[in-house]
Amino acid sequence: MDLYAQNILDHYKHPHNKGELNKADVSHHEVNDTCGDDISVSLKMTGNKIKEIKFDGDGCAISQAGISILTEALLGKTKSEVLTYEFKNLEKNFGIKISERRYKCALLGLWAIQHALEKYKM
Amino acid sequence: MIKRSDFPILQKKIKGHQMLYFDNAATTQKPEAVIKAMNNFYLHSNSNVHRSLNPLAEEATKLYEDARGVVANFISASREEIIFTRGTTEGINLIARTWGESNLKKGDIVVLCITEHHSNIVPWLQLKEKLGIKLAYLPLKINGDLDLVSAKKILSRPRVKLLTLTQASNVLGILNPIKTLITLAHSKNIITIIDAAQSIAHVPVNVHSLNCDFLVFSSHKIYGPTGIGVLYGRKSLLEKMPPFLGGGDMIRSVYQDHFINNDLPYKFEAGTPAIAEAIGLAVAINYLKKLGWKNINKQENKLTDYFLKKITPLKFIHVLGLPKLKNEKLVVFSLIIEGLHPHDAADLLGQEGIVLRAGNHCAQPLHEFFNISASLRVSLSFYNTTKEIDIFIKKLNNLYQAWK
Repeated sequence: MDLYAQNILDHYKHPHNKGELNKADVSHHEVNDTCGDDISVSLKMTGNKIKEIKFDGDGCAISQAGISILTEALLGKTKSEVLTYEFKNLEKNFGIKISERRYKCALLGLWAIQHALEKYKM
Repeated sequence: MIKRSDFPILQKKIKGHQMLYFDNAATTQKPEAVIKAMNNFYLHSNSNVHRSLNPLAEEATKLYEDARGVVANFISASREEIIFTRGTTEGINLIARTWGESNLKKGDIVVLCITEHHSNIVPWLQLKEKLGIKLAYLPLKINGDLDLVSAKKILSRPRVKLLTLTQASNVLGILNPIKTLITLAHSKNIITIIDAAQSIAHVPVNVHSLNCDFLVFSSHKIYGPTGIGVLYGRKSLLEKMPPFLGGGDMIRSVYQDHFINNDLPYKFEAGTPAIAEAIGLAVAINYLKKLGWKNINKQENKLTDYFLKKITPLKFIHVLGLPKLKNEKLVVFSLIIEGLHPHDAADLLGQEGIVLRAGNHCAQPLHEFFNISASLRVSLSFYNTTKEIDIFIKKLNNLYQAWK
């Protein structure tokens, strides 16, 4: 049976940057009510750039591996860059083609980060 | 006799794998007879109903009204008590907006069960906002059976006006003791609504012997087309209720400053109805009747026994809700898999051709009650086989071994 790509499974089983940042500049809790997936993020910023991200959460492999990947892929990006991120950007970060039925799972982490950034005022 | 070949879609392959259709609680597949009847209507009889005095309209009207007769007969109601809706959800909304708004007052209590589908919760929450009514939920015992002792206490509260209850949970597949609860409710002058969406395809439903005031279901869960459903209402109640939507069939006459509504059942059927769908539903019901409840129940009970026998030894699986009495469980099983999220399971097994549903199945309060966020649901029908269950168990096992 084909499971997901190895990097997804690795991030799911051994997530990076799990936890909560002390003295975070912004944080946000995002829930997908249709499935119960749940992600909290906390961010530290330097100017308008992301310096550090940590997350906590519960859900399927795509949502949890996805946010784990993003906590690294988005470092150094500016607030406005990340706010224009879309599904197609995620596919590059994840390194796999994501089927449409997993759209919400894949986007949950990004939404959490975007909603956190919207609260950030320099 | 059960004939899988009556359902052409069951031959479908997904990514080279024979499809296993295990999502019958979401919607059932349609026998070829239903598809043909709807096609035939459009090819040979299409016209609007109840309007023109021409032979084609007469033909269409007869087909549509005959369909109503088939439905009435199927649940032992009279024709004027059968209202065609768009589905279960619209049926419940219709009752809430008409009977509910004209009979419920601030502080009155609507009783439902924690197992309700969102469509039997939200219309009442809307009335809570609008009128200030209160909602009370009947709890379950830990095995998933409805807690009758608590139910009796809740129904004895002074301002309970309505009991609206699913006959069977779409997650647990457990049949509620509706007859007992309806009798109890009536002894306290409480109006009763039965949501038969999940049960209608699996057990005989007789509104006369149940003695419920309203009953709703959807055609697409009983092998008929989508887009049409049925609301049964007790005639004496329907007569007193104001109409729901305005326009089309619900009108007798219209003046510049007022209108007079039509008789039952048309009073609640505004606009051009889903004619081909009504015809399709009637053919689906006749198909079931021909198959017979005896054959359907025999096969579905066999599948329930077999599924539970095969799934129980798998220690990494937990089945939600196992009733004390075996015959009160429909062929619906919601599973929790250790270390494997339901979404991942549904996605990965889907690529092997197995069609399942993952999530909270529009029953968030029930999932909260069990303190879980989602489950993987297997819902079968008489056309499923023990061989299909074997394939599912094998692939589920393979997936778990590869995943852990």
